[in-house]
Amino acid sequence: MWWRGNQLSGHCRSLFAFNRRRLSGIRNPVTKTLTKWDPEIAAEIARRHAGKEGALLPLLHDLMHEFGCVPDAAVPIAAEALNLSRAEVHGVVSFYHDFRREPAGKHLVQLCRAEACQARGGDAAAARCEAALGVAFGETRADGQVTLEPIYCLGLCASGPAALLDGAPVARLKGERLERLLAEAQR
Amino acid sequence: MTQRLYIPGDAAAVAVGADQVAAALAPHAAAKGVAIVRNGSRGAHELETLVEIDAPQGRVGYGPIDVEDVATLAPVLFDAGPHPKRVGRPEELPFFKKQTRLTFARCGVIDPQSLDEYRAAGGMKGLEKAQSLQQAALIDQILQSGLRGRGGAGFPTAIKMKTTAEAKAPRKFVVCNADEGDSGTFADRMLMEGDPFLLIEGMAIAATAIGAYKGFVYIRSEYPHAIRAMQKAVETARKAGYLGDTFDIEIRVGAGAYVCGEETALLDSLEGKRGQVRPKPPLPAIQGLFGAPTLINNVLTLAALPFILTEGAAAYKDYGMGRSRGTMPIQLAGDIKNGGLFETAFGMSLGELVNDIGGGTQTGRPVRAVQVGGPLGAYFPPSYFDTPFDYEAFTAKDGLIGHGGIVVFNDTVNMARQARFAMEFCTVESCGKCTPCRIGSVRGRETIEKIMAGEDVEANLEILTDLCNTMKFGSLCALGGFIPYPVMSAVRHFPEDFRACARALEPVG
Ligand SMILES: Cc1cc2nc3c(=O)[nH]c(=O)nc-3n(C[C@H](O)[C@H](O)[C@H](O)COP(=O)(O)O)c2cc1C
Ligand code: SF4
Ligand code: FES
Repeated sequence: MWWRGNQLSGHCRSLFAFNRRRLSGIRNPVTKTLTKWDPEIAAEIARRHAGKEGALLPLLHDLMHEFGCVPDAAVPIAAEALNLSRAEVHGVVSFYHDFRREPAGKHLVQLCRAEACQARGGDAAAARCEAALGVAFGETRADGQVTLEPIYCLGLCASGPAALLDGAPVARLKGERLERLLAEAQR
Repeated sequence: MTQRLYIPGDAAAVAVGADQVAAALAPHAAAKGVAIVRNGSRGAHELETLVEIDAPQGRVGYGPIDVEDVATLAPVLFDAGPHPKRVGRPEELPFFKKQTRLTFARCGVIDPQSLDEYRAAGGMKGLEKAQSLQQAALIDQILQSGLRGRGGAGFPTAIKMKTTAEAKAPRKFVVCNADEGDSGTFADRMLMEGDPFLLIEGMAIAATAIGAYKGFVYIRSEYPHAIRAMQKAVETARKAGYLGDTFDIEIRVGAGAYVCGEETALLDSLEGKRGQVRPKPPLPAIQGLFGAPTLINNVLTLAALPFILTEGAAAYKDYGMGRSRGTMPIQLAGDIKNGGLFETAFGMSLGELVNDIGGGTQTGRPVRAVQVGGPLGAYFPPSYFDTPFDYEAFTAKDGLIGHGGIVVFNDTVNMARQARFAMEFCTVESCGKCTPCRIGSVRGRETIEKIMAGEDVEANLEILTDLCNTMKFGSLCALGGFIPYPVMSAVRHFPEDFRACARALEPVG
C-alpha cells in the first residue's frame, strides 16, 4: 500500500500535542481545538454509543473529532463499550483510511489524485504541493506543520484540481489559487 | 414578496469561494432588504459561483463571481443591471435549455432546507400517492416505469423491491447508497445538498413499498456539506411528522474506503465491521443489514421515485431508449469546457455530450480519451463517440455507464499511466477477500511498469491480458472484476502508448 498506513512514520510528534484544526471555510474558519488524549473523555464518548446497533464507526468518528486520532489506547475502551473484542476494533480502525492512529500535522492538505483531477492538471498540482510544502504524500513534515495526503474524489470533478484543506473543500487549484492554499497550509 | 438573492451553498461553489462572496454581499443585501438564499448548485460548475437575483423577468444570473467582483457587482445587482459577468436567465442558457430535469428539477432553484418550498414545488405528492396504494400496486408502478438502479449495475429496481417486500421478517431496512466514490461523479452529492427532501421522500416511498421501519443513508466522509445538509433535512422532516414513528432515517458516515460503495461491503460497514464484500447469496433483499431483508439503492434511484409516483410510470418511461428508460443525471468532468450536471433522457450520443454540450476541452486541446463510469469504466477513443448513452449500447462496446460520470482527457494523456493507475487503485482499495483482486492488481501494476520501461513488451502484454482475464472471472465483486475494463480498453484503443516507451516515460502535467 503505497500511500496508506505509514503516514506518520519517522515524523511522529507527541501523541499528546495540542492540535488546532480548522473545520470549515478557508478564510472563514470555525476553529475547534482538539482535546488532549484523555481516557475518561474517550470512555464517556464510547458510552454514548453503547447499545446502538452497528455503532463502531460513529463512535470512532466521534473520537476522531475530539482527539484528531484514534490512538491505540482507545481500542480497549471502544471494545468494552460495544462489547466487542479488541481485535475486532483494531481490525476496523486499521481498515479505514479516515482513522489515523496519531494526529495529523497542524494543517492537513488532502489533494485529490483521482482521474478527473488528473485530467485537469492534478499531477502538476501534486508535484507543486510536495515541493512547496517540503513533504511527500502520506507524510507529515518533521516540524509538524503540515500533513499531505492523497484523496480519491471530492465530487468537484469539473472544477479540479480539488483538495480538502483541514476538511474544507477548495477547487480550481492552479496558479495563484494553489499558491494561496499552500500559504494557508504553512501559516 | 421579499426580493431574494441566491448564492449557492453547494460544495462546488463553496470550494471556489461562495462563502466569501456571500459574506461580501450580505451588507449590500441587508441595506436593500433583500434576503440571501443559499441554494444548491444548478450544475454548471464553470459558472460557480453563480449569483442570481429576483427580477421582474425572472431570476437573472451572474457568474463566475469571485469575491473581487463584488465591488462592481453590488451597485448593479439588485436591479439585475449590466455587468461583464451577467449571464441572463439561467434557464435560457443552452446548457440548461437542452436538459430534461426530472430528478434535478428543483436543485439549484429552491431553498434546499425549506420543507415548505419543497412542498410548494410539488414535493411530498409522490409519498401521498404511494401511501394511498396497496404495496403490490405501488411496486407495479415502479416496474412499469422501467426504472433501473443508478448506482452502476442497472438492475431493475422493482424486482429488488418485490423480493424485499415478499420476504417475511419482523423488521426490514431501506439503505441509501451515498458512497459515490467514482471519480467524475457528483450527482448524489449535488442532490443531497441541493434537494435533500427529495431523497427523504424517495426513501419513504421505498419504505412504504417494502414495509421498512428504518432507513440509513450511508454518505462518504469526503462529502462534509452533504452530510450536514442531510442531517438538517432529516431533522426538519422529523419535526414536520414525515419521519418518526412508522419510518425514520439515520445518517451514517463512511470512513474513506472505495469498496464500501459495493452494497454488501456497505452493509458490513453499517454493522460496524471492516467493509468487506459478502458472497451472494444470500441477497441483501433476503438477508441484508443485521440479517434483515434490506433494500439498498443508489441516491439517484431513490430520488427518481417521487416523479414516477406523482406523474405516473408512463410519464417516466416515455423518456429514454431501449431498456434504458427515463432520464440519467450525467456528470461531465475532467478537461471539459462546460463541466457539470446534465440530466437528459437516455440515448444522447457520447460525442454530443462531450462536444456539443460539454463544448470540448477546457484547455482547447483535442480530446484523446474519455472514461465513462468511474475507475471501473472503460476508456473510449473519439471514434466511439457515436455510442448512445444507454446501458446495453455501452456493454456492447465493452464499456459501462456506471453512475453516469464522463471524464474527458486531452492529447497529453498517457494511457499506459492511466492503466497503471487503475491497477494501483485496485491494490489500494481492494477489500482483500479474494486473490485475483488483491494479488492480481499488484502483479498487474508491475507488468504495466515493465511494459512502460520497454521490457519484453509483447510478452508482457500477453501476461497482462491473461491476468485481466483471471481478475475478470475470478473476483468476487466488480472491483477486481471490472478493473480489466479501463486497463484492457487502454491497451486496445491506445496501443501506441504501450509500445513507445519513450513517450510512456514523459511526465504528464
Ligand atoms: C467497488 C464497487 C463500488 C461501488 N460503489 C457504489 C457507490 O458508490 N454508489 C452506489 O450507489 N453504488 C455503488 N456500487 C454498486 C452497488 O454495489 C449496488 O449495485 C448499488 O448500490 C445498488 O443500487 P441501485 O440498484 O440503485 O443501483 C459499487 C459497486 C462496486 C463493486
Ligand atoms: S474483488 Fe477485490 S474488492 Fe471485490 S471482494 Fe474480491 S478482494 Fe474484495
Ligand atoms: S476526481 Fe478530483 S474531485 Fe472528483
